[in-house]
Amino acid sequence: MSHAPVMPTEAAPPIEWSAPCRAEVDQALSRYPNKRSAVLPVLWIAQREWGWISPSALRLVARTLVLPEPEVFGIATFYTMFNLKPVGRHHLQLCMTLSCSLMGADRLFRHVEKKLGIGHGETTSDGRFTLRRVECLAACGGGPCMQVNFDYHENLDEAKVDALLEKLP
Amino acid sequence: MSAPRGPLLFKDIDTPGLASIETYRKQGGYETAREVVGKRAPDECIEIVKASGLRGRGGAGFPTGLKWSFVPKDSPKPKYLICNADESEPGTFKDRELMEKNPHLLVEGMILSAWAIKANTGYIYLRGEFEYIQHILDRAIAEARAAGLAGDDVAGSGWRFELHTHLGAGAYICGEETSLLSSLEGYRGQPRLKPPFPAVEGLYACPTVVNNTETLMNVPHILKHGAPWYRQWGTEKSPGTKILSVSGPVKRPGNYEVSMGMPLRELIDDLCGGMRDGMQVKAVIPGGSSVPLLPASLLDTGLDYESMNAAGTFLGSGGVIVIDDQTCIVDALYNVTRFYEHESCGKCTPCREGTYWMSEIFERLESGHGREKDIDLLLDVADNILGKSFCALGDAAAMPVQSAIQHFRGEFEHHVKHKRCLVNRRAVIEAQEPVTA
Repeated sequence: MSHAPVMPTEAAPPIEWSAPCRAEVDQALSRYPNKRSAVLPVLWIAQREWGWISPSALRLVARTLVLPEPEVFGIATFYTMFNLKPVGRHHLQLCMTLSCSLMGADRLFRHVEKKLGIGHGETTSDGRFTLRRVECLAACGGGPCMQVNFDYHENLDEAKVDALLEKLP
Repeated sequence: MSAPRGPLLFKDIDTPGLASIETYRKQGGYETAREVVGKRAPDECIEIVKASGLRGRGGAGFPTGLKWSFVPKDSPKPKYLICNADESEPGTFKDRELMEKNPHLLVEGMILSAWAIKANTGYIYLRGEFEYIQHILDRAIAEARAAGLAGDDVAGSGWRFELHTHLGAGAYICGEETSLLSSLEGYRGQPRLKPPFPAVEGLYACPTVVNNTETLMNVPHILKHGAPWYRQWGTEKSPGTKILSVSGPVKRPGNYEVSMGMPLRELIDDLCGGMRDGMQVKAVIPGGSSVPLLPASLLDTGLDYESMNAAGTFLGSGGVIVIDDQTCIVDALYNVTRFYEHESCGKCTPCREGTYWMSEIFERLESGHGREKDIDLLLDVADNILGKSFCALGDAAAMPVQSAIQHFRGEFEHHVKHKRCLVNRRAVIEAQEPVTA
């Protein structure tokens, strides 16, 4: 575990759900017997809408579910897929776990680092790419693998990654 | 059409369009649901699954019918059926292919299983990375509902069954059933003490059955053809087939469905085409990274629960990770240990602190600062994690390390003595790699 995240305390400008988001939130709430159970789906709706879980979004989710804000912060930081700061258009998530590592994931990660000039958790200055080392993605037979946002790319090597990065707008 | 890829779940898996209800029904899909729901007694279904000997395919291998029979019949509380589709065990990628290609088999399996335990609500808990599979499953559930197979009146029986998908958000621990329940209830995914077992007090403290995706997908076949038919595959105590996810430097990695009991060697040499040229097997982690590894000398071990236990390991989730002779075992185990350190949920001290300290010791060994006593220190820390935490994550971190030292102590000692790996093809590749500007 890395350093414990600290909850932002500065005043967050209030935001509201758009009408389509509100409908999605209501749909999510209808699937469970209590509001609290919808915390992951509702955080996902917020992240899809704004790209990350901003302090304002955190406050909105807490208010929607009638939960204390630090509680929602504790949940959002427990799971690795919620972005607590903005990420690039293409979130490159390279698997580093054993199967992928046996097939050259470490070397591939260093290649991408050098190519983009950014390290783990960093975003290119043009906002195009964020690079992250992640744990097993359940694509072990196609290692090394990477998820770009939610899309799987398997059996990668340097040339394939280069071609892919060229193609992404 | 190519040859069938397996005897049961993989038999028709590559049929084009199988994810749509039309194609699924053309192959006889949902016939069992219509024949069973409202027509056969739930207890009879449980007895058939018990007689089939089906065991949980997620890792623990617990008898499925027996688990179902623990659900109290007279409880006034609602009952829940949950599909564990978290598939977070490193080396495992079978459920992903099953759900992507044949989502209706899972939906039918859940309808039938829910009928057997008299649950009115089901959730499919997917790992966060499986967002695209959530879309596939949501579509399948909507199709089933439109066909009258889910919702208020399943197959005209008057029985109500609502099925929903639930997307996790990146946490290995949520594959552990009590953590999954915490996560589904909207808490951090941390384990709970058992007992009470979920069958008695699970989701919202109500009777709950949690079954793995592959397990649930076996149910329609078993209820359709009966227990004796199902037992044509596998062994006496491990009946049926198992999907094995093979990864590492073999010629043809991928998912293979085999009759249980097949020797590991046959899987690697025949089905996967053996190792890549110039490589030999050094060790195999047969059941996902949480289980003790087997050295190459034990490759004739059968792929069933009992044979694997006799060899000192577990069939687990069927994630077969093949490690080649040019890979350093210390390096490989450092990778595995770092994974558990990252994924420890932080609830229990032995696991949270122990995985951290094991990682530290591995880093010392890897960076050439290892001390002679570090090997025994690793064993000592592993021993202090094993069996001392709420859930199996701690055990999962400890057992691979113990087995690696048991079978490959020489490589650990070489690290201490010579301050480097005995072999490490990845380090060699790294050194030869031209540095591009």
